[in-house]
Amino acid sequence: MKRSLISVSVASVLLASSPLVLAQQKLELKQSEIVFVSKQMGVPVDGKFKKFDAQMNFDPKSPQTSKVSFTVDLASADIGNTDTERELTKPGWFDTSKFPQATFASNAIKSLGGGKFEVVGKLGIKGNARDVVVPITVTQAGGLSTARGEFVLKRLDFKIGDGEWNDPSLVANDVTVKFKIAVTGMNPL
Amino acid sequence: MFETPKRYTATAIALHWMLGVAIVISFCVGLYMTGLTMSPTRLKLYNWHKWAGMTILFLSAARLLWRLTHTPPPMSSNTPAWQRTAAHAGHGLLYILFFAVPLAGWAYSSAAGFPIVLYGVLPLPDWVPKDRELAETLKSLHQWLAYGLAAVVVCHVLAAFKHQFIDRDHLLARMGIGRL
Repeated sequence: MKRSLISVSVASVLLASSPLVLAQQKLELKQSEIVFVSKQMGVPVDGKFKKFDAQMNFDPKSPQTSKVSFTVDLASADIGNTDTERELTKPGWFDTSKFPQATFASNAIKSLGGGKFEVVGKLGIKGNARDVVVPITVTQAGGLSTARGEFVLKRLDFKIGDGEWNDPSLVANDVTVKFKIAVTGMNPL
Repeated sequence: MFETPKRYTATAIALHWMLGVAIVISFCVGLYMTGLTMSPTRLKLYNWHKWAGMTILFLSAARLLWRLTHTPPPMSSNTPAWQRTAAHAGHGLLYILFFAVPLAGWAYSSAAGFPIVLYGVLPLPDWVPKDRELAETLKSLHQWLAYGLAAVVVCHVLAAFKHQFIDRDHLLARMGIGRL
């Protein structure tokens, strides 16, 4: 009885200090992906970003003190079609020479139970920032923690496809972003 | 007494002229749109071209079905054997290309990552994967098959004109133009 009490208190001291001790999680790029799907005249066109980075200080046991942020190299979009990729870098779309990266930084994370979390944060693209709510599901296997989720952004909020392309009946305003972020070094769920 | 019809049926005549016009327009739009830089107009033309191509494909299937279940009106009795052979070969080639050109275009669309959504509402399945290299190959294939179809269509039209204006054998009446 006494021994177990001691071990519990030792454990709680360790747990309490863990946010300081734990290094931030390391992104495993090869197992991660960020995909986006837009619709042109009803045609779903999907692409993915090949270069992005994540700064994750995510503790499933303490979501309120957790923080995650992302940077995505917009010029790394892979649509599978060179003409479209070149078009995307232009000022009307991503304007990658002026705004090379999209950013996301969490403001609040809360647990919804069962490995599900809700991440509220600021998404910045092309000098425009919008609050987004992103539901994620975390699964863990073999030391790898994977967060999956998707959300819908309004491209015109960020002036993506400005000017002659701003007609949402031609290119839909809704763009679905789906992601799978794999990291090592996360505390168990 | 059974008399062989001298004209194609109304169905066959309607399909012939509809598809003829659709193919010529699609070919011209195809030539024009590929030279455009990226713009909303180009996007619209590409989609319209795809919708037209798929319509041509499905109507060609209906037309083939007609052709397999009907006997076309006979050629004029003084048609030399080589012209009969040439006409049959030409028509066979046309039918092959009615299918080959749109199918190559459909596959190219899928390989390029822009699947076809017919008339903006009906998604058609992809039967080839999204693949950059494959897309380039299929693009050339679609292009050259279309040039091939254009060449056979030109021969077809020239041959019809030769009958109509040189031989004056009223061949076009079989296809609903003028009297027999």
